[in-house]
Amino acid sequence: MVGIISFGCYIPKYRLKAEDIAKANGSSNDSFAGLGVTEKSVPGIDEDTITISTEAAKNALNAASIDPKQLGAIFIGSESHPYAVKPTGTVVAQAIGMGNNYMTADLQFACKAGTAGMQIIYAMVKSGLIEQGIAGGADTAQAAPGDALEYTAAAGGACFVIGKDPAVSINATLSFSSDTPDFWRRQHEKFPAHGGQFTGEPAYFHHITSAAKNLMGKAGTKPSDYTYAIFHQPNGKFPLLAASKLGFTESQIKLSLIVTKIGNTYSGSSLLGLCAVLEKAKRGDRIIMVSYGSGAGSDAFDMTVEKAIPVLKGHTIQDYIQDKIYIDYSRYLKFTGQI
Amino acid sequence: MTVPKTWRRIPELYNLQGTKCKSCSALFFPGREVCVKCGSISLEPYRFQGKGRVVTFTIIRSQISDPEGENIDIPAREIPYVLAIVELAEGPMLTCQIVDTPEKDVFIGKQVDMVFRKIVEKGKRGVIQYGYKFR
Ligand SMILES: [Zn+2]
Repeated sequence: MVGIISFGCYIPKYRLKAEDIAKANGSSNDSFAGLGVTEKSVPGIDEDTITISTEAAKNALNAASIDPKQLGAIFIGSESHPYAVKPTGTVVAQAIGMGNNYMTADLQFACKAGTAGMQIIYAMVKSGLIEQGIAGGADTAQAAPGDALEYTAAAGGACFVIGKDPAVSINATLSFSSDTPDFWRRQHEKFPAHGGQFTGEPAYFHHITSAAKNLMGKAGTKPSDYTYAIFHQPNGKFPLLAASKLGFTESQIKLSLIVTKIGNTYSGSSLLGLCAVLEKAKRGDRIIMVSYGSGAGSDAFDMTVEKAIPVLKGHTIQDYIQDKIYIDYSRYLKFTGQI
Repeated sequence: MTVPKTWRRIPELYNLQGTKCKSCSALFFPGREVCVKCGSISLEPYRFQGKGRVVTFTIIRSQISDPEGENIDIPAREIPYVLAIVELAEGPMLTCQIVDTPEKDVFIGKQVDMVFRKIVEKGKRGVIQYGYKFR
């Protein structure tokens, strides 16, 4: 059996309220009411995808006292890698003490690059290439001032140690991908562009529901077989709708819905939802997770909790959600380098 | 800092790696080549755990400008910030920034943990220096 041995997350401490964003743009509170997000996390001035991934990875190692030198590979997925050329993976590997005998490459696939990394590590362990490895997703999401994305674009990340004899086995995983230009960022551009409403039906919903159906077909399961379901969370509304389209109930996905409190952490989004579930899950629980990355694709995972999952006290997702400092819009612009 | 100097300091800045004297067990951060306690030149790398306590601190409200405009000094962009002397649990002391903590919540004796952060960016084109800060 191959699966998750331990996990760790990290969310920056700063929060910006949606009403402050609306005020700065001369909009009313109706402009964000439908999103189901009332505040979002903001990275400190000295935080980026490398520092967020490092903190999450350290938490994952500390949760189960894992020797970083035993990790044979590291894959970090993000759409905000600090360098265009020079890997995030080597900095994180050095910072967590992995030594030099590891494989790495940076991954990019909008919001699903982190789950792509998990599939790669899973495959490498299953094939016998490595004993265990670490994969994660993190972002410091950027949004142009005044863009609807500004209400949700947040920062955070999570990492997972994947190997044999896991706490949570991965029973099956597959992807559903297509060339769908719903959201993108061109080379050298600071902010992403998107197709507005086009990001919904043909993009998010089509890929999530197709991947979920294909996975359940392969695993021979139905929605009621799962204790928990996690879908990518671009806002508070989409995952609920995806759940109902597929026949999942609100009680199956409620625990994973962290977007309402911290916003959309892009590559960290579905993974932080998984962290929220793993902190509460019990032996025997079955979990389905489906990520979504624009451009477009979904990675789906069918998982079963095999034994007690190690949880790092003081560094749980609930700890990070509650430990916050509110900032105003002008400090937000400064923190994100816009002024 | 030049790129080679930045690179040489990576174990110290990322991993809090100092040295331990093989003859008298004295610990040093940053690492030393010669033990100042017993004079031995036989020292080995030693990694500190990253737990500490604030010995003293100050609030930096202005910073010397960088006339060449060469460094995007990250702390300079977040003035005011807290600069502290932290005593590591293992003994040695270091100077570092205290982050994510309002000024009023910093006090002498406060327990702090290492976090990994950006320290300096060498302009828009240069290398990004990462390393330890505490919170
Ligand atoms: Zn000595």
